[in-house]
Amino acid sequence: MEFSEHIKTANVDDVVLKQPFHAPMKGTLCVTGHHLLFSDRSGDSSWQLLLLLRNIDAIEKSVENLLGYSSTGSNIRPVGSSGTITIKCKDLCILQLDIPGMEECLNVARSIEALSSLDNVTEMYPYFYRPSWLSLDDQWGLSTLEKHYDQLGALQVKWRLSNANSDFSVCPSYPPAVIVPQSVDDQMLVKAARFRQGGRFPVLSYYHQKNGMVILRSSQPLTGANRKRCKEDELFLQAVMDGSERAYIIDTRSAQQAQQARMTGGGFESKSCYNSWKRLHRHMERGKVLQESLIKLVEACGDQSHSMDRWLSKLENSKWLSHVHSALSTAGLVAECVERDGHSVLVHGSEGTDTTLLVCTLAQLILDPESRTLKGFLSLLEREWVQAGHPFQLRCAHSAYSHTRLRQEAPVFLLLLDCVWQLGRQFPLALELGEPLLLRLAREAYASDFGTFLCNNEQERCVLEVKDRTHCLFQFLLRSSEREHYVNPLYEPTDLAIWPSVQPQSLHLWTGLFLRWSDHTQTMEEVREEIWSIVTQHCGRG
Amino acid sequence: MEHIRTPKVEQVKLLDRFSNKTVTGTLHLTATHLIFVESNSTSAQEIWILHHHIASVEKLPLTTTGCPLVIQCRNFRLVHFVVPRERDCHDVYSSLLRLLRPASYDELYAFSYNPKQNDQQREEGWQLVDLGTEFERMGVPCDQWQLTDANREYKVCDTYPRDLYVPITASKPIIVGSSKFRSKGRFPVLTYFYQEKKSAMCRCSQPLSGFSARCLEDEHMLQAISKANHNSSRFIYVVDTRPKLNALANRAAGKGYENEDNYSNIRFQFVGIENIHIMRASLQKLLEVVGTRSLSATEYLVGIESSGWLRHIKAIVDAAIFLMKAMTVEGASVLVHCSDGWDRTSQVCSLGALLMDPYYRTIKGFMVLIEKDWISFGHKFADRCDQLDGDPKEVSPVFTQFLECVWQLMEQFPQAFQFSEWFLIQIHEHVHSCQFGNFLGNCQRQREDLHLKEKTHSLWAHLLAEQQNYLNPLYDPTLAETQPVLEPSTQPFHFKFWRNMYHQFDRSMHPRQSILKQVLTLRESSRELENTIRSLESKLQTYGVSVSPVAVRVTRRERTLPARPRSLILGAPLSCKEAQQQQLDDEPVVEAEEAREAEEDDGGGLARSCGTRTVEGSSATENGYAELDEAFSSKPKPAVVSLEFGVARMTC
Repeated sequence: MEFSEHIKTANVDDVVLKQPFHAPMKGTLCVTGHHLLFSDRSGDSSWQLLLLLRNIDAIEKSVENLLGYSSTGSNIRPVGSSGTITIKCKDLCILQLDIPGMEECLNVARSIEALSSLDNVTEMYPYFYRPSWLSLDDQWGLSTLEKHYDQLGALQVKWRLSNANSDFSVCPSYPPAVIVPQSVDDQMLVKAARFRQGGRFPVLSYYHQKNGMVILRSSQPLTGANRKRCKEDELFLQAVMDGSERAYIIDTRSAQQAQQARMTGGGFESKSCYNSWKRLHRHMERGKVLQESLIKLVEACGDQSHSMDRWLSKLENSKWLSHVHSALSTAGLVAECVERDGHSVLVHGSEGTDTTLLVCTLAQLILDPESRTLKGFLSLLEREWVQAGHPFQLRCAHSAYSHTRLRQEAPVFLLLLDCVWQLGRQFPLALELGEPLLLRLAREAYASDFGTFLCNNEQERCVLEVKDRTHCLFQFLLRSSEREHYVNPLYEPTDLAIWPSVQPQSLHLWTGLFLRWSDHTQTMEEVREEIWSIVTQHCGRG
Repeated sequence: MEHIRTPKVEQVKLLDRFSNKTVTGTLHLTATHLIFVESNSTSAQEIWILHHHIASVEKLPLTTTGCPLVIQCRNFRLVHFVVPRERDCHDVYSSLLRLLRPASYDELYAFSYNPKQNDQQREEGWQLVDLGTEFERMGVPCDQWQLTDANREYKVCDTYPRDLYVPITASKPIIVGSSKFRSKGRFPVLTYFYQEKKSAMCRCSQPLSGFSARCLEDEHMLQAISKANHNSSRFIYVVDTRPKLNALANRAAGKGYENEDNYSNIRFQFVGIENIHIMRASLQKLLEVVGTRSLSATEYLVGIESSGWLRHIKAIVDAAIFLMKAMTVEGASVLVHCSDGWDRTSQVCSLGALLMDPYYRTIKGFMVLIEKDWISFGHKFADRCDQLDGDPKEVSPVFTQFLECVWQLMEQFPQAFQFSEWFLIQIHEHVHSCQFGNFLGNCQRQREDLHLKEKTHSLWAHLLAEQQNYLNPLYDPTLAETQPVLEPSTQPFHFKFWRNMYHQFDRSMHPRQSILKQVLTLRESSRELENTIRSLESKLQTYGVSVSPVAVRVTRRERTLPARPRSLILGAPLSCKEAQQQQLDDEPVVEAEEAREAEEDDGGGLARSCGTRTVEGSSATENGYAELDEAFSSKPKPAVVSLEFGVARMTC
């Protein structure tokens, strides 16, 4: 296998592993094509660490060429040199390996560097992961848009399923089937798509059963500097209105940014051309700014020597909570338009693959009780993130520690998970999914055994046969054996909308994720167990 | 009553602090409370504000809708009324000004409050907490520590309690001599004894050392404390809780701190907790920040930082951790003081003991701790909480800080405390309410002069009677054995803003569902189901049927759960008056239940909705995602479900 050429030293003995919550351990380190394996057989029970190389965000190595002695059992052998590798993982864990032998150390470091940054998707571990309890014949994915459409009976009167994109020619980042108004035919659709960046024409994201209002999402219109118009796009949105007098466009950029976008061919829906659509701008950060925010936050959380003031100022300086705030309040606004005002909403930013999806997803969690169940939530993620073409491969290529020059990385999905966690904090009974699920997803999005988060869109997944050659994370999480780790013991379904408070006093730092490797998490784990036992006790009696 | 000019004002608007919501109602002024009753609504909201809780009343300039009146309370409630007529507003304003700050103790609510108890019950209430018993529990008196009668008549120190514990080698002349060398006569005495290591926590005030003065008796006293601890390496820590600069400044006034050269075997340490004035300003700043409307996340964090509040809280916890480590790890005795030894010293000693002794983390134990380190050792509650019209410079949130430190520890050790944060908040409420006698006055001597035990009631009895409301469902008593000493982390990220305290009356700020409440409810219903099983079993037995483990199927009985008081913060107990009111309100529930069933039989699906359209009152409007009002105002109001005797109805 080609991996072997990256591996000069496959095994090193007498490596000392230091990691959070554990005393340093001595054992054997082994580098394979996809994993770093550490095993300690000295004790009564053997202990192993299996780390996916893909999970490694950055490594730092330092070697010492001093004469020293290392003892193994009774033998004492002189060692000329040693080295230390610090491994910073994408799940924010930091490990340290003390490796005897400079040569070995450098070899291991080189292998890790090479193997953790393989770009070829089909060489990634999901294509090799073949556990005995999973079969490639198992259903991949929870649902498709066709099935989703079939389930929404009330919707079918005015909305239809279009297969215009079945060969991904209309919009490469959309799934083959999308839901559009009945009165819009495929020809119109194709023309409207040409007027939107990346061909992301408006499609249905959510249908509010209570009043028949909808949330649509798209990318920005390509009005450009000379205010181009597109009749089909206007008619398309007119068709969505369906007789009602007003609808909203929530633009996730500031008005100024939207203006500036015209210089590069983008733009916004002007009032004169879309006169019954009221446009509201809600500025949300994206891309590099978001990634830098994450880097600063993780750095602040990692430094243990802060004074109170320094911590607060670093936390503030990271601006992460401001991003949480703006995501939740924009989602709240969308939900408010739909539920309280009784109007439909179109959400877009520029590309329509990041903040747009974030806002639409959160609005659905606020409004739709179905999406708050474990299965409903995973289906929502599948529909609104995986199928809707959030470029996971680009966005999650690196996390907070990476030294490489950042390109397309942005923790938009992480921000979503954080916002969901905030919802869960404010409505601890309303979500069936618990914090462990969010943590698991946060890890899987960056490095996974499963194929779910591979690639950037459905077209790429098709080409690389992801669905035939890898396993599906969402299906796996719903298995009864896994399920129980991830459900919220206190879940009580409610049909009502859950309106989160967005006051900064109500938003918290997600310690479970960002301070996961501090001792704090263990007490929280105990508390969770205690709650479980109270609930099971109660169910046992009830 | 002669101060009340207008007992009732109608058509008063109450503005929400953080949103544009207003409600209209009637304002009543009684001898003890200001009451606002919402009108024209079936689930009328009532707000009861005790006059003693009012920190300030402010009349703002007249507006087109009326005269605004802003009332700020010590329990962090802030209400903003708009009174239609200026004359009414002025009357209420001037009545309140007179009522909120009584001139003498006998005007305080505690002297008129009557909870329908007879004298015997009242006496029993006062006997609940006994400090003699508490010192016995710690193992004092013992071979090294004795009870001294030097202060029996408050002759040595009038702000100390009568019963004091000192080393056996500290004779009366040493005590008297030492007390003369200490500010306000507050000489070193025992406050907590860590039995396992025989290390002692002692407290006092600053020495009157100036630049060079010394006192042999005081030096003997410290020697005696050090000798009383055999196992230590013969030194004691002297912890001055002030910043060094403050202590130095005090030397110029003939006070100061211990000179290590004059005292053999002491290790002197400053821990740098700021004084009452800085703390008062800090809290004020904090409240200003969090009271800002549409605050951004950045402004919030910058504001919290610049208020310095969490830094002060951390300093207190850090000092307590120092004490805990010195006594439990090194087994060394500790002497703590600040300036007068009744503010920072009380904070640090009580918090240190709380870390070391699991007993203080129980409901009863916590009461004992407050009684010991705060009440009996003369924390000046009357001055610090502004019970009577006093010097505003003496007011300071010292005790509030202590409660907050405890809360910060509860966040780190969610299973170590028998009580939940509502217990702390309730205590805070009553420290300012002057409804019970415990916290009145500045020291024990004054309390005796006021005959509080004969004339007022004890808060502890009241809290114990309703302790069910304050239990922490996650409490694990076995931790007291396995992990008796708490070792908190001092990482700054563990210190958080205590929203449930400082925003306890700001509805829109809180989670809409409470884990605490849910878990408590589950526990209660489990207990109830168990009782049902037991009673059924015993019934069966009386019929001579042998009991075999039958799977008893009980359907979910949400309706029969004991009604927990509704409150702004879920799971939070209401204040006394509001709770009484609540009980009255709850009575028609039986009828309502029937009505509901009847309606359900009719297939009235609507009745099934939980009373409000959104989860427990969370609403889009309150959160103000946008000022969409202009856009919405043209629309008819959305359908609203109102609660009428528990029956939900849709109205348009």
